[in-house]
Amino acid sequence: MALLRYESQVRPPLVDGNKDYHQVTEDICRPVEAKPSRLWWMGFLISVALLIFGIVSVTMEVIYGTGQWNLNKTIGWGWDITNFVWWVGIGHAGTLISAILLLFRQGWRTGVNRAAEAMTIFAVMCAGQFPIWHMGRVWNAFFVLPYANTRGPLWVNFNSPLLWDVFAISTYFTVSLLFWYSGLLPDLATLRDRAKEKWRKAFYGVAAFGWTGSTKHWQRHEALSLVLAGLSTPLVLSVHTIVSFDFATSVVPGWHTTIFPPYFVAGAIFSGFAMVQTLLLVTRKVLALEDYITLEHIEVMNKVIVLTGSIVGIAYLTELFMAWYSHVDYEWFAFKENRLSLSSPYGWSYWLMMGCNVLSPQIFWFRKMRRNLLVTFFMSILVNIGMWFERFVIIVTSVYRDYLPSAWSTYYTPTIWEVGFYMGTFGLFFTCYFLFSKFFPVIALAEIKHILKRSGENYKEKMDEVEGETTDEFGNKHGHDHGA
Amino acid sequence: MAVKKFVVGNFDDEAVLFPAVKKVRRAGYKIHDVFTPFPIHGLDHAMGLRDTSLHTAGFIYGITGTTTAVSFITWALTVDWQLNFGGKPFFSLPAWIPITFELTVLFAAVGMVLTFCYLCQLAPFVKKDHFNSRSTDDTFVMALECTEKTNEAEALSFLQSLGAKDVKVDYKETGWWLGRYDKDTKRFEKKAEAVH
Repeated sequence: MALLRYESQVRPPLVDGNKDYHQVTEDICRPVEAKPSRLWWMGFLISVALLIFGIVSVTMEVIYGTGQWNLNKTIGWGWDITNFVWWVGIGHAGTLISAILLLFRQGWRTGVNRAAEAMTIFAVMCAGQFPIWHMGRVWNAFFVLPYANTRGPLWVNFNSPLLWDVFAISTYFTVSLLFWYSGLLPDLATLRDRAKEKWRKAFYGVAAFGWTGSTKHWQRHEALSLVLAGLSTPLVLSVHTIVSFDFATSVVPGWHTTIFPPYFVAGAIFSGFAMVQTLLLVTRKVLALEDYITLEHIEVMNKVIVLTGSIVGIAYLTELFMAWYSHVDYEWFAFKENRLSLSSPYGWSYWLMMGCNVLSPQIFWFRKMRRNLLVTFFMSILVNIGMWFERFVIIVTSVYRDYLPSAWSTYYTPTIWEVGFYMGTFGLFFTCYFLFSKFFPVIALAEIKHILKRSGENYKEKMDEVEGETTDEFGNKHGHDHGA
Repeated sequence: MAVKKFVVGNFDDEAVLFPAVKKVRRAGYKIHDVFTPFPIHGLDHAMGLRDTSLHTAGFIYGITGTTTAVSFITWALTVDWQLNFGGKPFFSLPAWIPITFELTVLFAAVGMVLTFCYLCQLAPFVKKDHFNSRSTDDTFVMALECTEKTNEAEALSFLQSLGAKDVKVDYKETGWWLGRYDKDTKRFEKKAEAVH
């Protein structure tokens, strides 16, 4: 068997079990072609219920104004913007996995990229809701777009980070969607060609755009994926950088720091991977895809979590040190009194963030823990709670006490509609994810087949022969005999 | 676009397909296309296809985005309606870098995907013949175009000798037409005329 590309035997297989191409197709298409299980219906209906709750909450806000949220004189950004930054952060892992790891030639991305990209798209959809509804007079939302209006035209402020956000997030959403869907085309064609029922043939026939798998098309498809990956790599870094500019370019103590862009990007990858873990641990179990999303994949992602968690930890400490070292009274006050001090109203949230994001991921230095599914699942939830509190700490502890003590807020607690809006985005996210996992292959079929002969378990075993030999033996057998 | 006659060979391993492609070309047959379930690196070169210029198109779209952003913002903020933001110059290029970058990426990505779809003729409701429905699953399908000079029997046995399973002569539409996959519609159904 000639191998088209060699991969070291030392690397663990990425596809477990005795698989051939057809078996891969069968395994991955099975959940799509089977009837939805009772579990699926339950999850789906709960998500839809949450989504409806969210819609009601937003309706309340639209009718009665942002006063329906407990925002007050100094806390203009509460849960709402916290949730925005949190969701955008989660939306970073998908593109990181599909783009940056493609450029780095990381074979393990193939098992998880499709679901992670889908997650990215849904998370960005959720994120987008918050700034839009936060506008209050949402019917004027299109004012953020630079269109020729009758007011001059008075253009939008291109120097403002909030406008950069509009461009960054809409570009990110569009490019992620294109990347995801162009990758899906061949897999949708597989589903189309396997379809038995009429509606399936029609649905996947339309969705697959008439993909045939022609060599010329594959050549262009590869070129497209590579360039889109190259474009998405700086894009994904730019998006959270620009989100961090929303804070960093202001003069609010606790926000006005140059460390924000890298710190936000690391945090985004950190929380994004945690969400990928949460989703994939469930997905692989429920859809019986353990052979494709293996323990190796879980372990590698846990390594990313401990790395980015530690980067975030260093960022927290740097920020803290700089606040003290700068000798700026306001800056130091924000850290010492508003955040560090447990006796201050929000001190608890700072330490919750520290515990969840910096301390707890350190458990992943141990291989046993990295490979423990229960620990991984628990940790992924913990990290997402921690990362939510990071944004809460940044926003609320900085704005509830501004420069003027007479304007300091009393304790800020969200209203039911504020919480409902957040819950609603969970509903939106999971409704989309449930539909995706039912109607689309959650694993990139063609890409798994592409790596199968290098990284499949049954093919790896056949490589033993070459790897088991010492260099001398190998040389004697395969080298040219020039002597005698 | 017309219905043409093809000699079709199905391979179940890309390692068999590769040498076969080379030998078929050396023997002078015209390969219409090879349909594979996943991209096979190097197959395009083995088939003698030229490299794609999609990258170049992407670059051109990208710089179009850059120029659009820079020129539009410059015009809007320095010519059309000058706004004083904290006494900063009207032409404040560094502050425009984020939007310039985003538009570069947006133009390049959207342009490339549209170009990709145009070049491959991919769109919703487009229907094409691809010889074997298993070619999106686990079969590698090589289709040789028959001309007046082609000896079909020879071509069939030649493909078989190269490791192809299930070889046959087939009539297929070479282009695309609008249709649904659950319906057996074809634009060109004059099979009889196409027979040489």
